[in-house]
Amino acid sequence: MAVPIAYYLVLSAILFSIGVAAFLIKRNIITVFMSIELMLNAVNLTFVAFAHQWHQLSGQIFVFFVMVVAAAEAAVGLAIIIAVFRTRNTLNVDSVDLMKL
Amino acid sequence: MYLLLFFIFGGICVAGALNLVRQSHPINSALSLIVVMSSLAVLYLLLGAEFLAAAQVIVYSGAIMVLFTFVIMLLNAGQEERTHGSRAAYFAGIPGVAVLVCLLSFVFLSQKSHLSSARIGDYLVTVSDLSEVLFRDLLLPFEVTSVLILVAILGAVALARREN
Repeated sequence: MAVPIAYYLVLSAILFSIGVAAFLIKRNIITVFMSIELMLNAVNLTFVAFAHQWHQLSGQIFVFFVMVVAAAEAAVGLAIIIAVFRTRNTLNVDSVDLMKL
Repeated sequence: MYLLLFFIFGGICVAGALNLVRQSHPINSALSLIVVMSSLAVLYLLLGAEFLAAAQVIVYSGAIMVLFTFVIMLLNAGQEERTHGSRAAYFAGIPGVAVLVCLLSFVFLSQKSHLSSARIGDYLVTVSDLSEVLFRDLLLPFEVTSVLILVAILGAVALARREN
């Protein structure tokens, strides 16, 4: 029994939308950052599905580079979160609304 | 069989993502995100991307999420404060997201006849196929990403260092 590629695309759309909703609802800065990772993963699933559809390697190469950039982004982003927590003692995004203390 | 596997792991993905939204403690959200990423690795395997499935488990659920849980424990992040942030997020954002998923699903399902379908093993990308492209045609971008990672490491150390 074969699975249509469209099902994978729908699953990826659902995951991306849940990521957008979590980005809007959540108030903890770490959870907001995690919802960005969820959106990146949903996009990766689309790339792999289309790589299978057109039998092209480029889609999978793209996913590889997205993973590399996501790892770099996670390292820098979490360092920024630690710096924000040190200066403000809060993780709530609503309290981090000034550029300068 | 293949359809069953897809629905089981797709269902785990969506359930984990919904649990991420529902939980108020960040460590619970992080653990459900690990579930989402691991079942996505199985979906990659079903699509014939064996290297990416391994990389997903090692890089995403292994490295990135360990970094997240480490930071959550380091900062002693507790229960999320329920401040009512922007009202626009609730009244325009949530219906907008629902419209987005309905629109995308409608477009994909109406184009279903133009898209092919996937079976186990009908298009398997091996590591040697992938490395042939990565290390020959795309050697320069590959080397540039190593510089990017170096810059990211230096930036993370510089940002997180305690100032005297």
